[in-house]
Formats: sequence, structure tokens, C-alpha cells
Amino acid sequence: MAQGGWISRWPVLRQLRGEDGRSRAARSARTDALRPRTEQADSVARSVCPYCAVGCGQLIYVKDGRVTQIEGDPDSPVSRGRLCPKGAASKQLVTHPGRQKHVLYRRPHGTEWEALDLDTAMDMIAERVLRTRRQTWQQEHEGKTVRRTMGIASLGGATLDNEENYLMKKLYTALGAIQVENQARI
Amino acid sequence: MAERMGFFTDTSICIGCKACEVACKEWNDVPDDGFVFRATSYDNTGSLGADTWRHVAFIERPSEESGDGLDGWLMSSDVCKHCTHAACLDVCPTGALFHTEFETVVVQADVCNGCGYCVPACPYGVIARRERDGRAFKCTMCYDRQLGGLEPACAKACPTDSIQFGPLDELRARADERVATLHEQGRTDARLYGASPDDGVGGDGAFFLLLDEPEVYGLPPDPVVTTRDLPQMWRWAAGAALSLTGVVALSFLGFSDRGRGR
Amino acid sequence: MAECHPVGFQWVVEARARGARVFHVDPRYTRTSALADRHLPIRAGADIVLLGALINHVLVNELDFREYVLAYTNAATIVSADFRDTEDLDGLFSGFDAGSRKYDPSSWAYEGVDEEPAAGLRGEQLEGGAHHAEVAGADQYGSGGAREQASPPTDPTLRHPRCVYQILRRHFARYTPELVEQVCGVSKADFAELAGAITENSGREHTTAWVYAVGWTQHTVGAQYIRTASILQLLLGNMGRPGGGILALRGHASIQGSTDIPTLFNILPGYLPMPNAHEHQNLDDYLKGAGAETGFWGRKRSYMVSLLKAWWGEHATADNDFCFGHLPRLTGDHGHYSTVMAQIDGTVKGYFVVGENPAIGSSGGKAQRFGLANLDWLVVRDLTLVETATFWKNGPELATGEMRTEDIATEVFFLPAATHAEKEGTFTNTQRLLQWRHKALDPPEDCRSELWFYHHLGKRIRARLSDDEIDRPLRELAWDYPEEGERAEPSASAVLREINGTGPDGRTLSAYTELKPDGSTRCGCWIYCGVYADEVNQAARRKPDSEQSWVAPEWGWAWPANRRTLYNRASADPEGRPWSERKAYVWWDAEKGEWTGHDVPDFELTKPPDYLPPEGAVAEDALAGTDPFIMQADGKGWLFAPAGLADGPLPTHYEPQESPVPNLLYGQRANPARRLYDRPESPYNPPESPRFPYVLTTYRLTEHHTAGAMSRPLSYLAELQPALFCEVSPELAGLVGLVNGGWATIVTTRTAIEARVLVTERVRPLRVQGHTVHQVGLPYHWGWDGGGLVTGDSTNDLLPIVLDPNVYIQEGKAVTCDLRPGRRPTGPALLELIREYRDG
Repeated sequence: MAQGGWISRWPVLRQLRGEDGRSRAARSARTDALRPRTEQADSVARSVCPYCAVGCGQLIYVKDGRVTQIEGDPDSPVSRGRLCPKGAASKQLVTHPGRQKHVLYRRPHGTEWEALDLDTAMDMIAERVLRTRRQTWQQEHEGKTVRRTMGIASLGGATLDNEENYLMKKLYTALGAIQVENQARI
Repeated sequence: MAERMGFFTDTSICIGCKACEVACKEWNDVPDDGFVFRATSYDNTGSLGADTWRHVAFIERPSEESGDGLDGWLMSSDVCKHCTHAACLDVCPTGALFHTEFETVVVQADVCNGCGYCVPACPYGVIARRERDGRAFKCTMCYDRQLGGLEPACAKACPTDSIQFGPLDELRARADERVATLHEQGRTDARLYGASPDDGVGGDGAFFLLLDEPEVYGLPPDPVVTTRDLPQMWRWAAGAALSLTGVVALSFLGFSDRGRGR
Repeated sequence: MAECHPVGFQWVVEARARGARVFHVDPRYTRTSALADRHLPIRAGADIVLLGALINHVLVNELDFREYVLAYTNAATIVSADFRDTEDLDGLFSGFDAGSRKYDPSSWAYEGVDEEPAAGLRGEQLEGGAHHAEVAGADQYGSGGAREQASPPTDPTLRHPRCVYQILRRHFARYTPELVEQVCGVSKADFAELAGAITENSGREHTTAWVYAVGWTQHTVGAQYIRTASILQLLLGNMGRPGGGILALRGHASIQGSTDIPTLFNILPGYLPMPNAHEHQNLDDYLKGAGAETGFWGRKRSYMVSLLKAWWGEHATADNDFCFGHLPRLTGDHGHYSTVMAQIDGTVKGYFVVGENPAIGSSGGKAQRFGLANLDWLVVRDLTLVETATFWKNGPELATGEMRTEDIATEVFFLPAATHAEKEGTFTNTQRLLQWRHKALDPPEDCRSELWFYHHLGKRIRARLSDDEIDRPLRELAWDYPEEGERAEPSASAVLREINGTGPDGRTLSAYTELKPDGSTRCGCWIYCGVYADEVNQAARRKPDSEQSWVAPEWGWAWPANRRTLYNRASADPEGRPWSERKAYVWWDAEKGEWTGHDVPDFELTKPPDYLPPEGAVAEDALAGTDPFIMQADGKGWLFAPAGLADGPLPTHYEPQESPVPNLLYGQRANPARRLYDRPESPYNPPESPRFPYVLTTYRLTEHHTAGAMSRPLSYLAELQPALFCEVSPELAGLVGLVNGGWATIVTTRTAIEARVLVTERVRPLRVQGHTVHQVGLPYHWGWDGGGLVTGDSTNDLLPIVLDPNVYIQEGKAVTCDLRPGRRPTGPALLELIREYRDG
């Protein structure tokens, strides 16, 4: 804070003292301290916009474990630092209050969501996969070997990473699940 | 004082994507402006205001030749003009509004007392009070970003460079060239708006290349600084502010007391 | 493009500033039209006529780039005497079986040598050509790897009546400007301007590009739309050259990657087909049908064996067919919509939905939701509570009384996902560019990446296995990814490294040409081999734009082999010289004896232009030094596709499943091979029905993303387009009684939805076959929930489930509907209204 405390920095007093009330004298201490908040970031991650397939470069600024800004990466030959409204809203995508952060469970015929521990949910899902797979296993179909289950299907979005799609296809194929599909079909 | 900085918004290459509206809000933490379907082409934020500092207008221009059909879909990202002679600033009794070293006009939220004098003073209808807290808000041309050498969020995001930021003199020269190019291409309706230092507000820090009359875009054709006849106005305002001093100071002290009590 | 890919559109704006002319063909006047030189409104579903007429214009006026066409396309190739065109058979090609509604493509083949038509192709066709088509359509053959011979008979004079060039001339002869006017509603004058512009801007000195998105693919003839553009571009010499091409604007961050490393039923990574139960008992059988023997598909054994080695590691050996038997087998169409029907039928018990929202995002929403309601268990992973997770709680069928929450037995797990900022990995963008995202921060609370979920699910499953034979593929699976941090996040780098592949020394490979058929190399996706070359994550390269050439080869990594423009050998003439200095891109350096240029040559580096293949050569050695299309069996661009398509070797105009007008060209109204579902869940509006007189087309808005899960919950986007609306012309509004800003109800036999009304001159009535055709535009970003700040009816509920037979993509861009003023009825009254429309 400026010397003399806030009262002496108060623009009204400074204007009465005869300073130019329309430029320098009007500045508050907060105004004097203004800097782009990106300068205070603890880290900047080089990323890519998650919306359309243009693949615009993004810079993600993080301060105290929170995203403080996402804007275009000027080095990108794809986008040259620019973003569309969706790309420009990416910070809200990460931080908006409507985001679900906890596992929810709806039991058969249930009328409400229930809370469920992530670890428990993972075990329950693994058990259901194995149970359904065994119950619906087809070794043969029309006299031909098929080694598959028609009881388990999957549909993925096209914002999945290549590495994620790879693990999905690999695991499903080993399980014998063939009805594996993606937004790319739709 | 630093060089005068400004916006040149070339509407001939605006695609109406509204990245400027969003980038502005993300950077400046501007609240949403409500979820209202306005049935006015693709415009659902309506106009500039306390909660919309960039606003894209959409004008479906009917064809004059046939009487039906379309003669273009005009899009234009409007913003505070950062007038050379800024009436909002002239009438502000608290000094919340001031001219920065970049000759932009900025309102300081920590100083504004919500008197609202600036609102009718603006010849463009830009500045407005936020309903939820009463204070006045508008585009700062991302003053904080400029202090760090960054361009404003809207100009940085703009996919087609319809919004350009830079030293005003350079922008004016570039805009003149662009108009000449468009005229050569037969687009004789191209013209600049707010670029002349001789206009009613002494020229705008944010000016535009339009493809039709300003009224078509909802812009006043001949804006005049509303305080032109009141050159000493700020002294009056300061006097008015003095009479408020006690009240405001007391409220500040009271707040501080509560803060210490926690 | 300005609407849905605004940042990509900056390059169009820049090109235009440098003199390029931009034509925009779209039923509506959009933000793209606003910056185009000319907007051509077209009736949705009629594009093959427009493109076919451009082809006809080129052929009749001999405006093709003859030197390019002769050297690089199959224009001169002679086709089997058994082939009959749609012009001969009133809308059918030869080989159609009316009972199965499938083609036997054998008569489309090239003329064979020594009285054996299309050697190597016959056996496949006779055994299962049609079956292939049903199983996988074009994807069966990867990226154009359908089997054909490398050197079929040709007539370089182009006069042989059965050469491709003459077949094209006859096939497209009736695609005239008059027909365009009649079918598309595009005036002869507008057509002439377009035809003049693209032909003048093609040739040695100039190239023209076509850019499309799902407005071309979501049709029962979607694949053939792209084929029509391919023919035109090949004739004009616009493929494999800078500024040319046919550019698919894909709509999602990694939709290209989701196809390359597919979570798709019919393909394995790198466009290798999934094995079929009837044809592929072992690896040798499989490889016979997995692509051509000549061209780069000739190395398919190396690609496949390396994939099997990546998946089953040391367990995969030459003695056990490299664990080929571990792969499950297909027996038909197991695509998304067939899966939904199987859910309704009770076959599918468990369903994973990750980052997708079929309850409102897929055609025929009601069928989707009935499928979900008939599952034993459902796992939904997303950022918000999307409608697919909440259909049992507040879906539209509860309001109509068709479902009751208490009756729905589906057990639902909702697991929150990590955002793009909270995990690392690669997206593959629309130009095949892989870009690595660095992680910015950890995901909050229970939120996890899909990588974490599938890695840990796999671990838990593997911990519970039996000694049974059916568990062997899981027991032997290579599933030991290193974990990082307290949440045990698997290393995405390690996964990318596995995708890239390693050699016998355990080090990463640099190119797919290093892959071996003997099991000594491992590679999870052959087309991505090189992305981790030299043990460096090449996708993470970020050399600034300003510090490298305009091709920017050191930003990210493009498959294959970091080539930025595919088939770029075609940018040079047959002798290897640039077609013109202005369009120089890749050329032969005779002194050095290698190809060079601005890009990585899409050709063997030292194969000279005068190389001629020896007798009996296989793989790439079978292609000449003048064959630029190296994934094709004959190295040529296919004007005529002798194999690989389910609905004909040439594109031809069919009306959409639901159309207000008859097919002016043929008695055959719609694509005879289209995929129909004859089920109560999938009713269709009758064609030319006065009950459904208007054409409905759907689309996206700049301000939203797909079904809205990534945009409606964001206040900054929701406020920009807060409500579902329909766009109608003033004429149609007057006809129906719609008021701008009021409400409209849009009706099909599937359901009725309500939308706000936007009356606009941007939608124009068109004159088609002497009638006025009104079109209605509807974006589809809304749903009842999804954590949205703004909600609304789901447009996809209106759409029919009828698919392109090659790729099983739904016809969402051209259907029929009725319009009524006011809001739709609610509750059972909604069902009553639909019943009236169906029965009335």
C-alpha cells in the first residue's frame, strides 16, 4: 500500500489537492497494483483445445492448484493463438459449478442417486463385467468359432485421447466384447 | 505517457463467432447476462452493458434489388469506444473513471460508488450499472493485460483478426489501407466509424470498419461528447464528492472494524 | 466452417485476402456464407447431382487435367464386360440381390488378364464379397486397400467403351445444369459460375480444395458424396497437391484419432479389419482379405503381427498364429444402432458410455432410451450428469407414461471424468496431426481420466480370472503400464510408446517400414509408428510457427511418417518435376537420387520416377515410380471403385429415405443398399407424404458443442444461444402461422418437439421439380438435463434410424417433417399426436 495509508491515496482527496482528477490522481491503490494474473501463475501447461478437431493450441495457467486462465498458444501454426467462443470458455469447462465430482449410484428400480465410494464402484463394475461376460459368452456362432460376448457394449466420445482409445480397444477385444463404438460413427 | 492504444474492429471479416464476448468474460470475470432467447438473428446478449463488454450485433440485411432474399449478414463486435473526450469520465464524481497512460478510459470498481452519472453521459450507451451491486462497469481494454504487455483478451482470441489491437496511429493507417482495398474490390460501402479525431468525441480509441450506415449496426451516426459545454465539470463533481466523503469514509471504517473482529 | 471450425476459418479468410474465391453450398445461409463470395442454397440431400454435374461439365468440355488423369488415375483401366451401370438398370448397378438388398460386386472388377477377370478378386467376391460389404463396408479395406491387381489392362487413348473414362462419361451424361436446377434448386446461372470458377482454378498453376463436414456424410449415400468429390478432384488434378484435396472437417478433438485407433466395431488400430467368423479362421485367411497384396497394404502381415505382439507380448508366437485366435469374431453389423436394437431385445446386458450421450446425441432418441432402460447395468463417465445417466429419473418417457422410474431395472454407475486440462495424452486433429497435451493439474475428488479407469478396470478384472480357456486372452494380455502419483495414474507416455512400437532391442521404431512379419517387432498402431521415434515424444514438439517453414513439420507429428499432405508424389509430374513452380511441393532430386521438397515425401525416398515393377513384385515394389496413391493396389486414384463399396462403384443420385419428391433420374428412389431397421422403434415418414411436406436438416452452432454437455452447463456459452430454435423462411412462417420469437412444434413419425421460432431470410424456399420446397433448420444442442443452465427438447429424437451401407452413419441431414404453430402437447397427449400422424 502507498505511503500514508489508503485515506491519502483516496482519489477524491487527491483530486481536491489539485492533482489531475481525470488521469493519474484518479488511480486507486488497487489500480496501481494491477498486473495480468497470468504473471502470478505457478505453472503454464501447453495443451490443446478439447472441442472441435481443428486442434488449437492452449496455454493453461495454474495458481494454487486452480486454473486461473486458458488462452491461445501463439506459437501454434494451427491456430496462431486464437480461440473460438468454446475454446475461450475452456476455463469454465474445467471450473464450472455444475461439474460432477463424485461417484453416484442408482440401484435397480431406485428413485434417487446414492453416494458410492470410487474403489467400491470399480470393484462392482469389474464383477459385473466378468459375470455378464461369462453369462453371455459365445464360443461358437452358426458353427464358427467367435469367442465373444454379445452382452457387453461400449460407446465412447471423440474427446477421448488416443492412449485412452487404445486401452479401451485392447481391453474390450481381450474380453471378447465387439460392440465397441464411438462418436466417430455418429 | 505511453503510446495511445486502441482497437480497430474490421467488421468485413467478422464471422460472428462471439469468441470476443467469451474471452472478455473469462479474463475479466464478467457475470453472464441472463439466458434470454431474443429472436433477433443470432444475438442473445442484446447490447453492451455492465455484464457484456463486447457485443456482437447480427444484421440480416434484406436485398434491395428483389425485395426478398438477403443482401448479406452483417456482424460486428461492438465495444466501449474509449473516447478522446470521454463524457463518462467528465461526469464521474468519485474519480472512479480515469484516463490511463494508454489513453484508454477505465472505471475502477473499488472507487465507483454507483452514482450512475456516467450512464446517461455516454453518447454510445456503453457504460451501465450492474444490477446486483449498483456499480458501473465497462470494457477496460484489458488494462491489467496491457500493463503486462499483453493484448486484450478479445483481440487475442478473435479467430479472423477482425479485432485488432495496437498503437492507435498504426491502426488508423492500416484501416485506411483496408478501406482502399475494399473500395478497389468494388465494396464501396466500406467506411470507417470513429476513426476521425475531428468527430464529436475527438475520435475513438476503438473504431470500426463498417459495411453500412452506423445506424444499421445500432451505432449513433454522429456522437457528441455530452459534456462538451461543461469543461469544468469535474471540479463540480469533485465538490459533490466531497460532501459524500464523510459518509463514505465512515462506511469504510465500519467495514474495517468488522474485518478486525473476525 | 466459420460456424463449427471458426479458428480453422482464419485460413480461408487469409486465402480470400490473397485472391481465393469461396463458394458456400449449404441449405442455409450461415456465418460461412456471410464471408463467402457466393452462397448456393441447395436442397438437403441433393449434392451428388451438383457434384455429378460438375464432373459432367469437366468431361463434356474436356477440362480434365489430362496428363495427371492419364498418369495417376484409373481413367484408362478397362472394366469387366459384366458391369452394368445405373443408366442401364434404372438406378441399380449390376450384382444387386433384391432379397438381401445387397450387392455382389464381382461384375464391377477390372477386366482380368488371360480370361480371368480381376485375378485375386474373384475368389474373395464369390466367397464373401457381399458379406464383406455387410460386415464392414469400406472400412473392411482400410484406407482404400481393397484388393485389385497392380497392372490391369488399360487403354491410354481413353476410347475403349469399357474404360473408366468412357464409363464415367456415360454415367454422368444426364447430370446437366438443368437437372441441377430441377433436383437441387440451384439456378443454371449459379451453377455456371461455380463450374467456371473451379475449372479455371485447377490445373498446373492452380488448385481447388473442397471442404466438407457431416453435411456430406450423414446421408444414406454419405460415402458416395465423398466419392463424387474424389472423382471431380482427381479429374481436375487436385489431389496430393498443395491447396487441393478434399478436407474433412471433423467435429471433435480426437474424432480422427478415435478412427485411427478405433473404438469402432469393425476395425483394429490402423484400419486393419476385425476378423470375421466365416472367413477368417486363422491369420493366413485373415490376411488374404485384409487388404491388397500390392501397394503398402502388401505389408499387412507386418502390421498385424506387430499389433498382436503389442497386445499379447511373449505369448504371441509364430507357433500359435501370434494369438490371432484370441481375437473375437464378427458375424455382421455390430454398429451403434444395431447395438441399441440388441439392447431393446435384451441381448446386451451391460453398457459403458464414456464421454458420449446417446440418449439425446444419437438419432431416434426414444429407441436409445428404451435400450438404456432394458440393461442390467450401465456405466456413464462424463463431466456432468448427462441425459444418458439420468434417463430413469427425468427422461421424456416418464412424462408420457411410457416408462416409470420404479419399473426400470437398470443399475447405473456414474463416474466423474477428468477434463483435458487434468490429464496428458494426444489428440489427433482433423489434419491427422497428433498433438500432446501436458497435464496442467490433477483432477478433483473422484474425477479420473479414461486411461485411469480402463487401466484399473483391466487390473481388477485380471485379478479375478479363472484358469478357463475363455480367460486366456485376458490372462496373457500385456497390461503392465507404469503408474504415477498417489492416484496411480497410468503413464500415457508409456501407452503412446507402445502404440509407436519397439524393435528387437526394445527401442522405439522410427517408421512403419521397419515393422517385421516374424514377431520381432511390436506396434500398437502401425500408422502411428514414428510418433515416438528416437525415444522422443514427437507429438509434444512445439517449435514455434515463426521459427519454421510454412508446412510447420516440427509442430506435433502427423501420421503417416509426419507427412502433412497425403499422396504428395502427385504434386510432381510423372517425371518428378513440379507441375509448376508456383505449386512446387515435393519433387525428385535426380542428382541426389531421392525425393525432396517442403513436406516429407509420401513415397519411397529413393524410388525413381522411371521405376517399373518387375514381374511378380509385391507390396510397394509392385507400384511404378509414377504411382502416387501408394495405399491402392494399383497405385492409382480411383475414379471408378472396382471394389470396396457396398452400394456401387460409382456415386449416383438417390433421394433420401424421407424426401418430398421422387427421384427424377431413376425408378429406384433411394439407395437400394441402405441399412434399414424394420422395427416399431424405428418408423419412417412415408416418402412424398403430404403429412410431412417439409425438409428438415440439423446442424451445430458456433456457441455450442454436440449435445451440449460441454457447453450448456457453461454460462458464458449458454447465454449466447439459450434456447432450441428452428429457422424458417418468412414464406414458410406465413404458410404455417409461425411468429418470430414464438413457438413451433416439429413433427415426425418418431416424435414431436418444440422450439422457439427464428424467422429469417437466411432460409429460402427452393423450386424443385416444379414445386416449392421449404426447408427447416434445427440445431441439436439441447436436452432435458445434462447439468445444463439451458435445457430444451432433443432434436435427434425426430430423426430416423436409417444408415449409409458402407459406414453405418445415420441420415440426419435430410429428413421430412411437419410444422405446427405453438408448443407441443405434453404427457400422453404427445403420444396421441404422433399416433394421428402415423395413422392419419
